Amino acid sequence: MNKLSSLALNEEGFVFDPTTGNSFTTNDIGLSIIRYLKEGKDSEEILRSLLDDFEIDSDTAQRDLIDFLAQLRVYRLFEGS
Amino acid sequence: MKKSYEKPFIKKIQVGLMNKFGAAYGRHIRSEIDGVPVAELTARYGSPVFVFSERRLRDRYQSIHQAFASRYPNVNFSWSYKTNYLDAVCAILHQEGEGAEVVSELEYQKARRLGVPGSEIIYNGPYKTMDSLKTAVQEGATINIDHFDEIYDLEEVAKGLERQVKVGIRLNMDTGISPQWTRFGFNLESGQALDAVKRLVSGKRLILNGIHCHIGTFILDPQAYSRAITKMVEFSYQVEDAFGLKMEYLDIGGGLPSENRLKGIYLSPDVAIPPMDDYAEAICNTLLSKLRPNDFPTLILESGRTMVDEAGFLITTTHASKRLPDDSRAYVIDAGVNALFTAFWYNFRVELEKDIPGPHEPCTLFGPLCMNIDVVADQVILPPLPRGTRLIFSPVGAYNVTQWMQFIRSRPAIVLINNEGFPEIIREAEGLEDLIQRERLPKHLKLS
Ligand SMILES: Cc1ncc(COP(=O)(O)O)c(C=O)c1O
Repeated sequence: MNKLSSLALNEEGFVFDPTTGNSFTTNDIGLSIIRYLKEGKDSEEILRSLLDDFEIDSDTAQRDLIDFLAQLRVYRLFEGS
Repeated sequence: MKKSYEKPFIKKIQVGLMNKFGAAYGRHIRSEIDGVPVAELTARYGSPVFVFSERRLRDRYQSIHQAFASRYPNVNFSWSYKTNYLDAVCAILHQEGEGAEVVSELEYQKARRLGVPGSEIIYNGPYKTMDSLKTAVQEGATINIDHFDEIYDLEEVAKGLERQVKVGIRLNMDTGISPQWTRFGFNLESGQALDAVKRLVSGKRLILNGIHCHIGTFILDPQAYSRAITKMVEFSYQVEDAFGLKMEYLDIGGGLPSENRLKGIYLSPDVAIPPMDDYAEAICNTLLSKLRPNDFPTLILESGRTMVDEAGFLITTTHASKRLPDDSRAYVIDAGVNALFTAFWYNFRVELEKDIPGPHEPCTLFGPLCMNIDVVADQVILPPLPRGTRLIFSPVGAYNVTQWMQFIRSRPAIVLINNEGFPEIIREAEGLEDLIQRERLPKHLKLS
């Protein structure tokens, strides 16, 4: 969680990790998910927010969310579940 | 108002990453094959399904034939059965005027059963059984001898039939192609080929009337063929002058490339692969410049992959997606190296049935087999694919539907889109029955 709170984000989807110096690019939804995580939401809450905000069915959103969190873990941007 | 959705992604920014993977290959959307929607094909025949195009096959034959026939007066194509011996594919090429080039009694029988007369069959290969040699001789097939033992076998056949038999011999030689195929036929440079001719002549039962040479496959240098032709013509006149034997044909084998992308070659096929006209020119011009006046032995071509590769497609479906520990994306699809044997050599063109939005990234496509080797394609640049996405692979017409394996999964159906644009099944999908029909369980092993 700590790591996430230190990430710098901008509206264009640019993500900078000051501890490693790595930068990343993400899309709108990715940006929203990272923001929710920063707010401390867990994956169920994030899923609900995605369903509220976006035109998407819950199966797809859930799959994509699991996959996205896996990517964040690979980049060591996120340790939670 | 809800916002429109796109699969979330995040990608590390790495300078130069995309360059490593080269340009994306070809156009990426294919919603139909010869006017038949991919969705209709999968609805009718399931997935995976091989689809062949009669029109593309005929067009390809006609254009290759034209390239050679417009440059040399006596050209004959003989269909290399091992490349694809589906009845429908062979029949189309026979209708177009090709003979049959076979390398086993099985292929020989398949050609005969289809209605090809023995006199239009060329029998090649290192393993020809006695019985099949006898049949081939009786039915008037062209036989190209691979080794000294075959000379003895054929002499015995000739003796049994109490007549002389016309034969050809296969040569191997240095044409600058590497690896050099030296395991088939008689080596030219070492003098072995001339020894073979001497041996034939001394036996008096066999009459040499042709020379065969298949220098290799997927030959990217047309000049390799000119070198082969030069050596074949020189050899045939050497034999003619020394023994009074006239070569009636020069068979240059196969080896012309298809528009596929060989692994290890990153240039796209339209850049890497010379046009067919260049090959025709190299072969025919060399012939015309080396042959003696008014001598036009039949030029035989046994082209395989170049003829049929582009006529074949495989429609597949994504079954699962994975994120691998190195952060790369992978998909499991419903056809693997069991169906696509040529995945070991080629980076196929991979097309989507419809456009899918989202960021493209390099992906690995795994087949359905529970085997580590089952990789159909890697580093294909694809958008995020929902489950059930159709992926169309091509060109896959050569060497797949002969070398495919019944391994873990059974073989899929094959459909032909005919000249009128209608799909017809030309080989049914296999099932459990095909797997077990030859098995016999000994009584004491019955489980109930
Ligand atoms: C004797 C002979 N002829 C023809 C062929 C067809 O070759 P390709 O598919 O390279 O045209 C082969 C393939 O190995 C062959 O061995």
